[in-house]
Order: sequence, then structure tokens, then C-alpha cells
Amino acid sequence: MHGFANPARFLRIARWLMPLCMGTGLVVAFAALGWGLFVAPAERLQGETVRIVYLHVPAAWLGMAGWMGIAGASFTELVWRHPLAAIAAKACAVPGAVFTAVCLLTGSLWGRPAWGTWWVWDGRLTSMLVLLFLYFGWMALSQASEVADGGQNRAPAIFGLVGAVNVPIIHYSVIWWNSQHQPPSITVGKSAMSGDFLVPLLAAMLGFTLIFAGVVLARMRAILAEQQAEARLRRKARAEVEAF
Amino acid sequence: MREAMDPWTFVVAAYVVGVGATLAMVVWALLSMRRAEKRRDSARNR
Repeated sequence: MHGFANPARFLRIARWLMPLCMGTGLVVAFAALGWGLFVAPAERLQGETVRIVYLHVPAAWLGMAGWMGIAGASFTELVWRHPLAAIAAKACAVPGAVFTAVCLLTGSLWGRPAWGTWWVWDGRLTSMLVLLFLYFGWMALSQASEVADGGQNRAPAIFGLVGAVNVPIIHYSVIWWNSQHQPPSITVGKSAMSGDFLVPLLAAMLGFTLIFAGVVLARMRAILAEQQAEARLRRKARAEVEAF
Repeated sequence: MREAMDPWTFVVAAYVVGVGATLAMVVWALLSMRRAEKRRDSARNR
């Protein structure tokens, strides 16, 4: 892992990996969505509204994966002081928050025809909303610590680790508490879903995960370039002041 | 009695929200990356 600590080496890899992830992800995700919309059958009880699953489940998975990315990068930052860890955490925040918001909105649009309501304050929905607020809080703290902490990133790293407690709560909420939300349909090694729904769903999850990875790499390149530009301008300004 | 709802209205709205947000995020990520790298290169050449 420390082999990638060199930003120049990371940039060499990210330059070809980012467009590959983003391009493949867009093709796979839109093919899966088209399959879900026009080819996959309607469900016996839920009818056509089941087609929202091809967006809702990948968004939920990536909302949680984004925070696990922040937590993993925060751990790496605190323990090994990996120079790219804080940048990786920052890069996960916006796509994670966007997918969490998409999950909540598509869930609400699914809930209205399926449950007869846009929103219920049950364990799954509330813990997902808490995740969105955690993202907002993390982004605000990260921005504030850049100024106050001189780029140390210790406070957002600790927040990132503590906030990871919410991820298993989201996952097990439908098992622990009575919930309007259905229990998990896909668990490791088995699925309660028919192959007609499962195959396009897995394809959509793969496609959106690749898009997520592409966006994270693009954000990392952007943050790294901003830091390098800032450092260069500061060095030049110092040199000019000293020469004067 | 529950009112009759057209399921496609909700499906289309969900796809507009999901696909729109994803595409907007991809475009924003690419443009901000290009802008930041251009700024770094111009700082290097200044």
C-alpha cells in the first residue's frame, strides 16, 4: 500500500484507470437500467414500481460504501499517515452523499405507490437519513479543519471512524426493529430474488460502483492538483518576497 | 379506498432523479479535475 503513497505514482495509475472506470461504468450502468426498464418483467405484487430497485439498491450500497471508504481512509491516515489517505477520504464524501440522497429520494418515490406514504420514521429510513447528515457534517468539519488544523485532518478522520458505527445499524435495522422496509433480499451466497430481477440488479450495482470509483479517482486528481498549485504559488510568493 | 396511481409516473421520476444526479456528478467531477490540473500547470509555468 505504501508503494502508492507517492502522488506521482498514483497519478500515473489514475490517468488511465479513471477514464476506464468511468467509461465502463456508464456503459454497464445504462445498459442495466435499460434492461431493468424495458426487458425485465414487472413484479407480481409490486407491479411496475419494482423497476426503481435498479437505481435504489445500487445507490443505497454506494451511500454506505462511500462512508466505509471514508472510514478506511481515516484509519489509514491516523495509523500510517499515508499522504493520499486524507485526499481519498475527501474524494469519497461528495459521491457518497449524492448516492445517499438518491437512495432516499428513489426510496420515497417507491414508498408512495408501494406503502401509500412518502416517508416513515422507521429504523432503515431514519438511519439512512442520519448517514446523509453525517456526510454533511463530515464535509463541513473537513473544510473547517483545513483552516484551523493546518491540513492535519485529525478531527475529520476521527469523525469518519466514529460515524462508521451507523453503517451496520443501517444494514441490520430491518432485522433488529419492526420496519415498513423489507428485509434484505440479497445476502452473501444467496438471494431471495428471481434471476429475472437479480441479473440486471447486479449489473446495475457493478456499473454504478465503477462510476463511483471513477468519480473518486477524478476527485483525488483534482484535490491533489489543487494542493500542488497552492504549494507552488506559495513557494513562488515566498521566493519573490525574499528576493525583494 | 386507495386512489389509483400510475406506477410509471413514480418509475420515471425515480430514473430522472437517479440518472440526472449521477450524470451531473460525473460532469462536475471531470470539469473540476480539468480546472484544477490546468491551474496546477499554469502555476508550474508561471
